[in-house]
Amino acid sequence: MAELIREPFGALVSMRKAYGEALIELGKTHPNVVVLSADVSNSDHSGMFEAVYPDRFFNVGIAEPALVDVAVGLANGGRVPIANTFSFLFATRALEQVRTHLCYGEANVKLAGAYSGLSDSFDGPTHHAITDIAIMRALPNMTVVVPADPLAVKKLLPLVADWQGPVFFRLCRNEVPEIFTDEYTPEIGKGIVLRQGADVSILSCGVLVARSLLAAKCLAEQGISARVVEVHTIKPLDRGLVIACAKETGALVTVEEHSIIGGLGGAVAEVLVENEPVPMERIGVADTFAESGPYSELMDKYGLSVNDIVNAAHRAVARKCK
Amino acid sequence: MIADLSRRAYEFRIQVLQMVYARQTGHIGGAFSIAEVLTALYFHHLRINPSNPNWDDRDRLVFSKGHACAMLYTALAHRGFFPVEDLMTFRALNSRLQGHPERQKTPGIEVPAGPLGHGVAIGAGMALCARMDKSKRRVYAILGDGEINAGVIWEGALVAAKYQLDNLKVILDYNGVQQTGTTTKVLPTEPIVDKWRAFGWHTIEIHGHNQTQVLDALDQADEIHGKPVVIIARTTKGKGVSFMENDSYWHGSPPNEKQFQAALAELNEGVARWQN
Repeated sequence: MAELIREPFGALVSMRKAYGEALIELGKTHPNVVVLSADVSNSDHSGMFEAVYPDRFFNVGIAEPALVDVAVGLANGGRVPIANTFSFLFATRALEQVRTHLCYGEANVKLAGAYSGLSDSFDGPTHHAITDIAIMRALPNMTVVVPADPLAVKKLLPLVADWQGPVFFRLCRNEVPEIFTDEYTPEIGKGIVLRQGADVSILSCGVLVARSLLAAKCLAEQGISARVVEVHTIKPLDRGLVIACAKETGALVTVEEHSIIGGLGGAVAEVLVENEPVPMERIGVADTFAESGPYSELMDKYGLSVNDIVNAAHRAVARKCK
Repeated sequence: MIADLSRRAYEFRIQVLQMVYARQTGHIGGAFSIAEVLTALYFHHLRINPSNPNWDDRDRLVFSKGHACAMLYTALAHRGFFPVEDLMTFRALNSRLQGHPERQKTPGIEVPAGPLGHGVAIGAGMALCARMDKSKRRVYAILGDGEINAGVIWEGALVAAKYQLDNLKVILDYNGVQQTGTTTKVLPTEPIVDKWRAFGWHTIEIHGHNQTQVLDALDQADEIHGKPVVIIARTTKGKGVSFMENDSYWHGSPPNEKQFQAALAELNEGVARWQN
């Protein structure tokens, strides 16, 4: 278990650069993969693929609905298109295309949603994506995958490409610590217990998995044994693991860089109330738009700090004892 | 052949009339305007194999104006993609013929349609794919004229021109009437030929109920290189039934019994005109 996590965490590494490198690797093993961009390939680093495979890369301009539709056409002929633009644009401007063709039409298109959460921090709320998970997971047939560190991006991308059907692959813009070791072997649809614990389970996704692990350490010093689970696949959710966590630890905290409405917290809550209701606290952005600012401080201000997670765990445990 | 295809177009109009009348729901006007184009494509021009609908090198047809699908279903059934008897289950529960096209339930349907505007960009993706595969397959997208109000149509047009997709052929069913009135009233789109030309397309303008012109245009489109082609087919909404022609009421309203009988009589005359 412990060998999955680096102790201490590794250096800060750019997640978008890791994504670009992962695309190049994918290109070698997956000749059917084609990459499309809505003119942000230098932002999200999908342009790294273009440099190596210019014949398999298409820039359709600032035209997100067409980006998705062109990808649909390519999928119709058996290609595996990976469409790239900012996450909020997939979830808003191109949503109709995503719903009708990827989900209803079961087009085998992968959406790489760049700059998710608050990670495009300085560009402000117009560029933040804190409702994308809620929107995407509500669509029938859609699979939602959120990598937690640069190594996870590299390990998950080939699985995303091989998964039959549409996938929303949610990416972070920034430099984040490497938390996983090479032993990390994710499987779509399965959660991973990163740290055992008996008093409370912290279920987390994306870059906040690192903060969740730090929070568990703090809690241990305070005498609370916290389990940490990485839920990289929000849909289909690993319901069995969620229920097991509820039964075995009796209290849950969900942690995500997303609105508290409809994301990981919403998905977990749905499973709990129907199967194993236990006290649960949600860490996420309150129902509000954020603001511009440095990434780490921005997350702190909007309720996503290590301390916030620690306090939520205390609240959940306290409710359990009532 | 011209007479045969033209007669078929009228027979198909009768079939559509019966489907919409039976279910009291469906779109007649836009189905009638595209009848000659569809018979030309499915009974002469397209390289397809009804017994193997997913044959790799088949020509692709994106029926972007999905609301007119009763006519498409009729063409597909008579071309052998599924039993003709199924047509009368149109829009009924448990039918393979959904209110708007669905890919999984209906053989011969490439992509869903209904929300308007997808045809050009999806067609561009299909055409790019054909080029990468070094396949000779051609891609056709059938649009309505109201549909081109949608911005994504023009995004797709720019993409197709950028990649010089001469294997993509758009057919614009330019009947001049959309749901709430004429296109000139709702959202003017003229000068339509200039617009497509300015977007980098080769344009061909035809009378869309003249089967000879339709067939010639489809052949001509195959001779164009380095540019996508749009065939602007000037048509009549509700074509073939005098009281339905050019009236936006018949965009999505079903006929009552009296209207049904009157329409049937006129369409039978159309069939008779092309007999022999």
